[in-house]
Amino acid sequence: MNTSGTHHLPAAALTGLILSLALVSAPHVLHLSPWMILWTVTAAAWRLAVARRGWHLPGKWPRLAMVLVGLAGVYLEHSAILGRDAGIALLVVMLALKLLETSARRDAMVVIFLGYFLVITNFLYSQSIAMGLYMLLAALANTAALIGINHPGGIRAARRHLRTAGTLLLQALPVTLLLFLLFPRVEGPLWRLPKDAHQTGTGLSEEMSPGSISHLGQSDAVAFRAIFSDAVPPQDQLYWRGPVFWFFDGRTWTAGTRTDADGPALTALGQAVEYTVMLEPHNRRWLFALDLPGSIPTGGRLTGDYRLLSGRPVTQRTLYDVTSFLEYRADPELSPGQRRRALQLPAFGNPRTRALAASWQAHSARALDFIDRALRHFREEPFVYTLTPPLLADRDPVDDFLFNTRRGFCEHYASAFAVLLRAAGIPARIVTGYQGGDYNPLGGYLIVRQSDAHAWVEAWVEGHGWLRLDPTAAVSPVRVELGLAAAVPAGEPLPALLRPDNQWLHRTRLAWDAVNNGWNYWVLGYGPEQQLGLFASLGLGLLSWQDMAGILLAGLGVALLLLAVFVVRLPGGTRDEVRMWYDRFCRKLARLGLARKPHEGPQDYARRVVSLRPELGPKVLPVTELYVALRYGDDHRPESLRRFRRLVRAFRTG
Amino acid sequence: MTEHARGAAVGALPQPGRPGTAGERSPTTVELGLRRIYILPTRHGVLFAVLLLVMLLGSINYNLSLGYAFTFLLGSVALVSILHTYRNLAGLRVTPGKAQPVFAGQEAVFPIHLYSGTKPRRCMIGVQRKDGSPVFSDVPPETPVAVSLNVVARQRGTLHLGRFKVFSEYPLGLFHAWSWIDPESSCVVYPRPGKAAPATRAGTAPSGRPDRSEEGDDFAGFRKYRAGDPLSHVAWKATARGQGLLTKQFSGPAQETLWLDWDALPGLNPEERLARLCRAVLNADAAGHRYGLRLPGKSVAPASGESHKRACLTALALFRGAGAVRRDDGSLLRQVAQRFVALFARVRTSHP
Repeated sequence: MNTSGTHHLPAAALTGLILSLALVSAPHVLHLSPWMILWTVTAAAWRLAVARRGWHLPGKWPRLAMVLVGLAGVYLEHSAILGRDAGIALLVVMLALKLLETSARRDAMVVIFLGYFLVITNFLYSQSIAMGLYMLLAALANTAALIGINHPGGIRAARRHLRTAGTLLLQALPVTLLLFLLFPRVEGPLWRLPKDAHQTGTGLSEEMSPGSISHLGQSDAVAFRAIFSDAVPPQDQLYWRGPVFWFFDGRTWTAGTRTDADGPALTALGQAVEYTVMLEPHNRRWLFALDLPGSIPTGGRLTGDYRLLSGRPVTQRTLYDVTSFLEYRADPELSPGQRRRALQLPAFGNPRTRALAASWQAHSARALDFIDRALRHFREEPFVYTLTPPLLADRDPVDDFLFNTRRGFCEHYASAFAVLLRAAGIPARIVTGYQGGDYNPLGGYLIVRQSDAHAWVEAWVEGHGWLRLDPTAAVSPVRVELGLAAAVPAGEPLPALLRPDNQWLHRTRLAWDAVNNGWNYWVLGYGPEQQLGLFASLGLGLLSWQDMAGILLAGLGVALLLLAVFVVRLPGGTRDEVRMWYDRFCRKLARLGLARKPHEGPQDYARRVVSLRPELGPKVLPVTELYVALRYGDDHRPESLRRFRRLVRAFRTG
Repeated sequence: MTEHARGAAVGALPQPGRPGTAGERSPTTVELGLRRIYILPTRHGVLFAVLLLVMLLGSINYNLSLGYAFTFLLGSVALVSILHTYRNLAGLRVTPGKAQPVFAGQEAVFPIHLYSGTKPRRCMIGVQRKDGSPVFSDVPPETPVAVSLNVVARQRGTLHLGRFKVFSEYPLGLFHAWSWIDPESSCVVYPRPGKAAPATRAGTAPSGRPDRSEEGDDFAGFRKYRAGDPLSHVAWKATARGQGLLTKQFSGPAQETLWLDWDALPGLNPEERLARLCRAVLNADAAGHRYGLRLPGKSVAPASGESHKRACLTALALFRGAGAVRRDDGSLLRQVAQRFVALFARVRTSHP
């Protein structure tokens, strides 16, 4: 008997608590500075020494001092005590201190609750499948520790607590699923998020200078995935349009001053291509669409240079439907403002490039002739397409590239080409985005990675509008037909995934990506829209949140009722097991025509059976004897009951 | 309210459907069923709900799908734990046992027998009297377990155990399931033994003449056993031969018979008289005397032995005469009203 269960916390329960906390905070080690980890481990070790070796807990004043030191430490580290990183650091540091004043069940319960809270903060960093599995593990450990606190016992009890926690979680899963699917979802955020709430992803940037895109070429992070309603267009048509640059300072391209007053004027010449994009968060506002987008996703807008922009930065995985026209005529008229911006060049610099353009221009009657001449130059001269271009001179980098190094990635070619066009008086602009994609036959979608990042040029030609020109394709046609891996020389630092000798790895990764895509779509992407869609597909039509809450409550009621029957087997159903097995024994005898008469006691019954069928005696008498002992005697031993069960089961009448 | 007063208040109401008098009722087993068990969140349960709410708001704000999933998982675990907490109590058989008599000022120990059927192990079953501290025990299947509730007996008389609750917060401590049990269990509380025994002279019979016992040291023969005869005088060999219970009689230098008499203690208040008589009973028993007890309206014939001692002490414990508060049953109407009030009080305390 234990008379102190409510207040005292035994060593075993405390050890379980600390182990569970260690598991729960393990992923945070990546975000915490070393002193915080040391701090936490020290506090936990101290608390364990108190429980096991009779050390003393710190007094009130030392604890207060430690709280202040912890606060100051977190503030010095993060220059804040709020926000994601600082908040989590503070939670961990203070949780460690809380351990040092935990001696009663009450405190331990609070520690467990904070442990649960710590689990959920992990999702601010990652919501991968692995994190989902970790969540289940952490919930199991923390719940077992909670049971340990409420039912103090030794190490052997720990295993039982883990089993009980597992049972609880398993029984909770169906209810969780109901809540996840049916709980009315609200579109966040409800309040302003701290600045560091979202991670900065890799991706295209707001400017383009030599090296900025080849840098991305070495990352196999997913930029977005696209599912096409019909067939996927050929690889060399897959130009995913992103940021457009107008202003050149001699080295770097930027957007320049926007004059988006001019609306785009697009004439479709071919079939529309419909597809859905699931965009990974990149913290910028642009959305990607195939050249050229013909529709605007909800919540987005289209600029004068055919960029799709989201209403706010894409800080979470975003799903949108869009339509594109791969054949088109864009802007037959060029506004004076756009013409001026599309012809801008720095007043000085890159003299050899200007001279080259002037010499070609003298021999070109029309703009298209000039363009052909320039592309032929890239095709015929010994230019090399490479992920590791040499650094360009600070002065006149375009000259250095065109006449000296002649080794470059797409941004080098696009930049040089645009400068040549502008020098010849042909309006031109730089378009960045992605080119191509990796079709995943398992998932039926296209994966576009950062390594597919690309830059190309658009030139405006009278009578044709804006034309897409890709000088990279002139240097390395394989790049746009087969992708980066086929285009760069062997030995270049390609992402592992793109290496041609890694076919099986590639297939495995595609399979894994398909799984991840499903996870992203069905689990992480499940929001208000998907919820409405689910109800609609169940034939319930569009429902208000009140209807949904009603359905949820009804579902919960049914689920809990079923569970209740399963878990509790309501009282009154407390079965008398001894009686049950004896009845089974009697039924077996009844099959021989020896049914027990209502007035017959077990011993009379046995006597009658044996007198009629003496050969049954050795079997009937032990069962009867044991039954009398179990039912009327004081034999309550479980092993007797087991023996009784065994005897009845083994009793054969045949 | 003192224990004694509470006991008297309960005892003043004839309990319908429960025969017998206080202290002699057979223990009744209560099986905790659906209707008897109440369940509410504990303070920690409320705190947990607040935590879930914060987690839900965080998940909405940061659009954390796994945050939703985790919040819902914990919420579901809490919901399912209600069933487990309930299951931990449901079907438990509770049998309040009889407490051994004690002297006023001592602690009466009421055993509470807990028995689980064939169901899985029940954990951390708490038993607690109102305002008392709880005792906990695990109840493995098919194994009777006893816990004890200790009650300080302040005054002589009948001490009723009173209502107690059987409860459980296992497994998570988020919900408190309980059931009130109103047992008949009671305990006889002997008077606190006085400091000094009354100066009873041996052989002072009420008539004033010395009373010689028929018993001495020499065996004189058998007579039929009478209740109160010392067990050491029973002729067990004769019993084994099937001759029934016979008491051996002795003659010779006779033991003197003591009379412990209320009237021999004039000038003291009744409780003090009882206390001194109590001491006298204990002394006489310790000395192995034959003694009788005489109280106003009640007397115990001289005898000796353990059961005789108990009879005397019980007579002292339950004495209600000569100035002791008399029970007033009152009119029928008043009885009905009292019963109604008691019923109402019970309903209220079932919903704390």
